[in-house]
Amino acid sequence: MTTVTMTVNGKTVSGEVEDRTLLVEFIRENLELTGTHVGCDTSQCGVCVIHMDGKAIKSCTTLAVQASGSQITTIEGLATGDELHPVQKAFKEHHGLQCGFCTPGMVMAAVDMINRLGPNLDEATIRHELEGNLCRCTGYHNIVKAIKAAADEMAALPQAAE
Amino acid sequence: MYETSYHRAGSVSDAEAAIANAEDGKFLAGGQTLIATMKQRLAAPTDLIDLRHIADLKGIAKQADGSIRIGAATCHADVATNEDVRTSIPGLADLAGKIGDPHVRHMGTLGGSIANNDPAADYPAALMALGATVETNKRSLAAEDFFTGMFETALEDDEIVVAVTFPECTTSAYAKFPNPASRYSMAGVFVAKGDSGVRVAVSGAGQDGVFRVPEMEKALESQWSADAVANIKVPAEDMLSDIHGSSEYRANLVTVMAKRAVAALS
Amino acid sequence: MSNEGIGARVLRKEDKRFITGAGRYTDDMVLPRTGYAAFVRSPHAHARIKGIDASAALAMPGVDAVLDGNQLVGDGIGNIICGWMIHSKDGSPMKMGAWRALEPEVVRFVGQAVAVVVADTLKQARDAAEAVVVDYEELPAVVDSLDALKEGAPQLHPEAENNLIFDWEIGDEAATNDAFSKAAHITRMDIDNNRLVPNPMEPRSALASYDRAEEHYTLYTTSQNPHVARLVLSAFYNVAPEHKLRVIAPDVGGGFGSKIYIYPEEIVCLWASKRVGRPVKWTSDRTEAFLTDAHGRDHHSTAELALDADHKIIGFRVNTVANLGAYMSLFSSSVPTYLYATLLSGQYDIPAIYANVKAVYTNTTPVDAYRGAGRPEATYLVERMMETAARELNLSPAEFRRKNFVRQFPHQTPVIMCYDAGDYDASLDAAMKAIDYEGFPARRAQSEAQGKLRGIGMSCYIEACGIAPSKAVGSLGAGVGLWESAEVRVNPVGTVEVLTGSHSHGQGHETTFAQLIAERFGLPTDNVSIVHGDTDKVQFGMGTYGSRSGAVGMSAIVKALDKVEAKAKKIAAHLMEASEGDITIEDGEVKVVGTDKKLSFTEVALAAYTGHNLPEGMEPGLKEGAFYDPTNFTFPAGTHICEVEVDPDTGKVTVVGFVAADDFGKIINPMIVEGQVHGGLTQGIGQALLENASYDEDGQLLSASYMDYTMPRADDVPSYVVETTETICPGNPLGMKGCGEAGAIGAPPAVINAVTDAIGTNNMQMPASPARVWMALQSAGLKQAAE
Repeated sequence: MTTVTMTVNGKTVSGEVEDRTLLVEFIRENLELTGTHVGCDTSQCGVCVIHMDGKAIKSCTTLAVQASGSQITTIEGLATGDELHPVQKAFKEHHGLQCGFCTPGMVMAAVDMINRLGPNLDEATIRHELEGNLCRCTGYHNIVKAIKAAADEMAALPQAAE
Repeated sequence: MYETSYHRAGSVSDAEAAIANAEDGKFLAGGQTLIATMKQRLAAPTDLIDLRHIADLKGIAKQADGSIRIGAATCHADVATNEDVRTSIPGLADLAGKIGDPHVRHMGTLGGSIANNDPAADYPAALMALGATVETNKRSLAAEDFFTGMFETALEDDEIVVAVTFPECTTSAYAKFPNPASRYSMAGVFVAKGDSGVRVAVSGAGQDGVFRVPEMEKALESQWSADAVANIKVPAEDMLSDIHGSSEYRANLVTVMAKRAVAALS
Repeated sequence: MSNEGIGARVLRKEDKRFITGAGRYTDDMVLPRTGYAAFVRSPHAHARIKGIDASAALAMPGVDAVLDGNQLVGDGIGNIICGWMIHSKDGSPMKMGAWRALEPEVVRFVGQAVAVVVADTLKQARDAAEAVVVDYEELPAVVDSLDALKEGAPQLHPEAENNLIFDWEIGDEAATNDAFSKAAHITRMDIDNNRLVPNPMEPRSALASYDRAEEHYTLYTTSQNPHVARLVLSAFYNVAPEHKLRVIAPDVGGGFGSKIYIYPEEIVCLWASKRVGRPVKWTSDRTEAFLTDAHGRDHHSTAELALDADHKIIGFRVNTVANLGAYMSLFSSSVPTYLYATLLSGQYDIPAIYANVKAVYTNTTPVDAYRGAGRPEATYLVERMMETAARELNLSPAEFRRKNFVRQFPHQTPVIMCYDAGDYDASLDAAMKAIDYEGFPARRAQSEAQGKLRGIGMSCYIEACGIAPSKAVGSLGAGVGLWESAEVRVNPVGTVEVLTGSHSHGQGHETTFAQLIAERFGLPTDNVSIVHGDTDKVQFGMGTYGSRSGAVGMSAIVKALDKVEAKAKKIAAHLMEASEGDITIEDGEVKVVGTDKKLSFTEVALAAYTGHNLPEGMEPGLKEGAFYDPTNFTFPAGTHICEVEVDPDTGKVTVVGFVAADDFGKIINPMIVEGQVHGGLTQGIGQALLENASYDEDGQLLSASYMDYTMPRADDVPSYVVETTETICPGNPLGMKGCGEAGAIGAPPAVINAVTDAIGTNNMQMPASPARVWMALQSAGLKQAAE
């Protein structure tokens, strides 16, 4: 057993885990943050996507011990109080979710995509960048729309502030 | 996953000591293949020695001779977006940006990819085509000596890839046809022209892992155009065959991807 | 005035919890002292179990118990049932082999459970499961249904000679043969429908607990129909009587049919929770899901279409062999029979149809209903035949279809169904306009200039939804009724709770069902909550599948609302001293027509509950229930048109345009309906181009993970154009038809018709993978060269 310590959604947390414990297991079972899901065994579906040190990773293909000392953001930590992140808002406004199971990973992937590539995203880029996230309900149509809308909104934000 | 013991190495010597003490230890870099394999109980190392936090294994540096040295623990996303790589060896940046998906590229590393030498991995083609040198904690190896067969390399159990140096090249491109399901390479062709001439290397398709295509290299030496490779076929019997495509299909893809890589540069 | 009624694009009430990570799925549930289950599964497709040695596993840390099939059978747990009786054409009942939740004697597919380990942690359970030694004697296996029928094939069940489950027929064979004898043209084809794995993103999960003092079980599980699960677990599997068993299906992450059934794992978790004296939890990993979730489709068919000289269809003859896998799953027998062959008339006026269906056991995962269930198979057959016949006769595919459309309603087909309403020209027109059918030749020329092959294909589908009335399905062999229930509770403060037997696992019922209340009373949907998925809270109901929650589930709510409205009006009339007939309810107010007298809905509700001033003899309260049994199936229909571009060098097909023009009858929330269509289309395109459950000859599933089973990704599909036309369904009070399966039904033939149009050869089975398309182009090229 090893003690891991990390900052999750702004709070320092620690726990005793077997070294073979996956980061997603630590998040779901030790921290009881069940918004991060598990949907496959081969690192393809992306329902487990979280941010580690500001970058989207698959928490099912990372050991908790590997993440010790890092900054983690999960879907639960994305909103600021009651104020939803623009991507969260856009998923609702554009019906970008149905059963909701892939949604946390999709949202975290979308936030990462906009962080990396900037808010000027076209449809083809968004579709390509979603390579690591599967959804079986929406056919992606409205997910793509939601991400585009969120990116557009985020692009407009600094101008609005000026 | 079976039980295992994790060690975070702070330096190469730390890692050397840890592997020496382990019964059946394995080096862990990004873990994007190793952890997935362990989850399926297809690998059961007693110890994992994490190289991801070793500062000496990180970073991308353009050398005085124009070559680019990339630390083994550099993740694919960093290679794909690095300005020096993008300007000097655009094919390499492009290849790194096509590995896995964005999340995998944040964790997966150059060293991890080549040490595993999965036949469907992309990096081996770049190393072979660019004539890269693999630097380990023990020695330096030419790419051709490093890759020895499917999932096989010249690495000893306690040998650590420290960095890979890619010599300057005039031009480079990678064209990849991904497996529809896994999105790993089904046939990826890296074409490079440099001081040592033209090199063409293939990922994904070959039964023995990455391989070069001398006929294509020769043809391109005399005529740099997609047409020059259009009629060159690799032997189908040396290609992989599975539910996603026959060996004939993969042999065809090699030619098509070679054409496209060259066309991208014309 | 409420703008949240029928037809409004109301944003979903349920979304907030999902976008913030606060959804509650079964695997998120934790109970004190929970033990974790890991199943010991067969690595062989067919083998006799000679012994199970659990001694090493039992000695491992944290292990509570290792239980096997002999213990399960010894405790009286019943065999897994198939709930729809089919009789062969000779009158004999279908041949059911025994299926135990843990198999004690002979395993018949890879992944079948033979034992379960319960331990303190999941890691311990999995470690121990690996240490259970099962001594197998391997037996020869058969995976393809045509092979299974051959003489000398390995035999799966002693009950089913030659692996034949039933040999069923529908239609008039003599009349059909007669039509063929008079035909001016006959189109013949062998058509396969590829086996699919449903793959909801949430894997199945079960958490069972047993209260020893109350002798009462609770099961949290990933179910589309928790009441049916409780009924079957009680009545057939002998777990506990219904009043001693509570089944809760909380948030469920997609189903697509695969979560209708009651699987071995749920039964075993319940049974084990009593045996080990602690709650027992199991969550499938994706590999287990591939191996054990009921698969879909898997037909081999030959079809023949007879036309007269005027290109009118005069007969349709079909022979189908359906692979049902190793055991008969809950509704498996209905899928290749009454959900399939009854739709073989398509949108067309066909005077004579005959179909013969043989259902067959093989050493593969059981097959049951998957999104569309039978109807995609029928549509694929009909629409591939229509396209092929048009090509053979050099006719416009649209005009050939139009020539044969049904235009008079009601229309009785030769295969049971009576179509109640539709306008097939309207959806064909809408789809052709939306995709700019006229402009296709120019687009094709453009593609050709870039070295690409472009093709266009259509599919005019019809489906039967609702799966009712109960009396009719009972006469066809269904073991249950297929009505739905609802209870509408108006609270004393005027807010409303609707208890429904339908179950939402992505369909947005919390929003659309609330819109019915908004429509009826003008209350905001925020004042309405929808209660579902818990047998302790909700009256008996049948659940969600077959696009039935609108046409059947919402109709039940409408019936209950009728009663609530009538009572509210009586109370209001009494309170305002007006005539009941002059009372209207709108915008949350109860008014006397033509006067300024009114009460708020809350005041009327409160009056109902105070009981201080009610009409003479009226019971207090404002709560009504209803059960609704439809009068007929509903018949959604439409036209899908697909445009593809093929890269001849690699064989890769890109869907460059897709239009769906669907007639779903009345639509409650267009946003949600469009979302259902998008998802269905993607599964349909997935079947046509990407997905395939592929077995090797030993019965190992080669595509048992996302490394090898091609799930549609965002860049595999286009943005869709979704349009609707409307004919009102006369069979239910809202005029609804259902929309959940249309995409998966209509899309596959449209895609394959487009692909074959592009590559110029009609010989293409699904999925049209790059390798297959390239091979087809190669052989077409070779053939051409030889000629």
